[in-house]
Amino acid sequence: MPDVILVPHRDVTTEPRLVRGLLVGVVLLLIGILLFAPLAAVFASALSEGLRASLESLTLPEVRSAIRLTLMVAAIVVPLNAVLGIAAAWAIAKFDFRGKAVLITLIDLPFSVSPVVAGLSLVLLAGAQSSLGAWFAAHDIRIVFALPAIVLATLFVTFPFVARELIPIMIEQGRAEEEAALTLGASGWRTFRTVTLPNIRWALLYGVLLCNARAMGEFGAVAVVSGKIRGETTTMPIMVEMLYNEYLSVAAFSLAGVLALLALVTLTLKSLLEWRHADVLAATRRH
Amino acid sequence: MFRNDQYRRQPQRGVSRRNVLAALAAGVTLAGSLPAAAQDAVEILNVSYDPTREFYRDYNALFAEWWSAQGHGPVTVRQSHGGSGGQARAVIDGLDASVVTLALAADISAIAERTGRIPEDWQSRLPHNAAPYTSTIVFLVREGNPKGIADWGDLARDDVEVITPNPKTSGGARWNFMAAWAWAQVEFAGDEAKMRAYVSELYLNVPVLDTGARGATNTFAQRGIGDVLLAWENEAFLALAEQGEDAFDIIVPSVSMLAEPPVALVDGNIRSDAQRVAAEAFLEHLYSPEAQALALKHYYRAWDTSAAAPEDLARLPDLRRLTIDDFGGWNQVQPAFFGDGGLFDQIYSEQ
Repeated sequence: MPDVILVPHRDVTTEPRLVRGLLVGVVLLLIGILLFAPLAAVFASALSEGLRASLESLTLPEVRSAIRLTLMVAAIVVPLNAVLGIAAAWAIAKFDFRGKAVLITLIDLPFSVSPVVAGLSLVLLAGAQSSLGAWFAAHDIRIVFALPAIVLATLFVTFPFVARELIPIMIEQGRAEEEAALTLGASGWRTFRTVTLPNIRWALLYGVLLCNARAMGEFGAVAVVSGKIRGETTTMPIMVEMLYNEYLSVAAFSLAGVLALLALVTLTLKSLLEWRHADVLAATRRH
Repeated sequence: MFRNDQYRRQPQRGVSRRNVLAALAAGVTLAGSLPAAAQDAVEILNVSYDPTREFYRDYNALFAEWWSAQGHGPVTVRQSHGGSGGQARAVIDGLDASVVTLALAADISAIAERTGRIPEDWQSRLPHNAAPYTSTIVFLVREGNPKGIADWGDLARDDVEVITPNPKTSGGARWNFMAAWAWAQVEFAGDEAKMRAYVSELYLNVPVLDTGARGATNTFAQRGIGDVLLAWENEAFLALAEQGEDAFDIIVPSVSMLAEPPVALVDGNIRSDAQRVAAEAFLEHLYSPEAQALALKHYYRAWDTSAAAPEDLARLPDLRRLTIDDFGGWNQVQPAFFGDGGLFDQIYSEQ
């Protein structure tokens, strides 16, 4: 909105310094209590018997396999959800059809459904007590309590992240540029690659990062379908809970620390992106 | 033992498809945790409950060694741990357990009833009601026992706060309730009015009824609420080992319950004769002197003490333990005591 510049400069924050300071202080205090205190407690518990004990607990075979499984699930889920998210956003932003509003609501569904319910519905659908599950069992295909269900549950829970990031931008950008490209004779794929993708790439990356963070941290839905087989179907969050229940606090909190560090890496990447490409982001994003 | 051949699955079918899938999964994943289905390598999955992790880690090693010493091929035991009720539910929903080693007979019976993968008479297929190790209900009190709690009678005193989970939701809490009831039965020579008055007073002293045993332990140990926690003996020792010996004391009452965490073969999930033989041996070997000694080492009470370390035996003092059959078995106890309008509801509404 370039016309904003034409208005004479006036300070919008007219509150006294004291009020401003107080507000900032309250926010910092809340962040301290809600974020830093728990995080510090996690790392303090992890290191309560020294860095060595903490690192050693991470070399337990079942802990290593939990890390491996979580990374693998994220590696499967995130690209899938990126593609699905682009497809959904594309359909919603570039085409007019009946039931569009319903589709947008449906995309948000995983946000409002409790993850435990999502997991349970998978068990109901493909568990041994269902006819579909019985068919799978008869053909020796393992869905529930194995990798497929863990992937499906994570896929469900993390589905909205990419689509939610893309839809507002793609709607805002409209379809004029794509139409121009098509008029000039570009193929559909080329239009997508050279026109659409560059326009949405930062939002896409943003969505992918959020999706990744959630995929690695998901507990509720995965806990229901995992079967908790050590070294096989235990993801990191589930392993953390198991270790804690077995009174292995150092191992539990060390693994929780690794999860927190992975989240921090994601956040750092996100901040780095925002800092490096602030101008592009400002041009393509409003929120 | 294990004569119920009608529960066996069809021999092997669809091996190739299974292998393709296994290979697919193994290819991407889990590097090495899904071993190729070689002819002689047997795999069994033991679905167990939370506090048994250390015991089964040691026992699985013991069993694997003994198994190959018998001239068998290698055996891999996979472990799954969680809350006992939830684990039973997972097996019902298709978790591929070869054997289940849970906290309560009711959980295994639920699998038998709902799926038919375990025969109804499972508890008579192994000695001692299919419970290779047992435990009991004891008191965990604060260091030095400041309230001077010695036996069940002290828990009804006005100055004592008792922590125990809700018997409506927690299997472990039902054992706690029955242990108090058992003591009262002995103490008051079966005078039911006095027994009721006693448990009523005891539950008046419970400030919060947590939904599960782990929550109750947290309330007592981490939040510092209450003077005494009713707990399974093996879990009390685990809490002691974790929290430090100088945080709590364990008090063993004069009378308690014989808590029997049972084990069973899940016949319906067995895929091959080799797996069946290994899974049966896995359960039977739990009764060997060496395995019994391991159970004692991990704070369970075992039947055979011939190979046990003296210090493991010394920390488990004798007490009189009534069995659930003294009260008619869980089938009768469950509705009479914990069902809607049962004894627990009655004493609670009277309060």
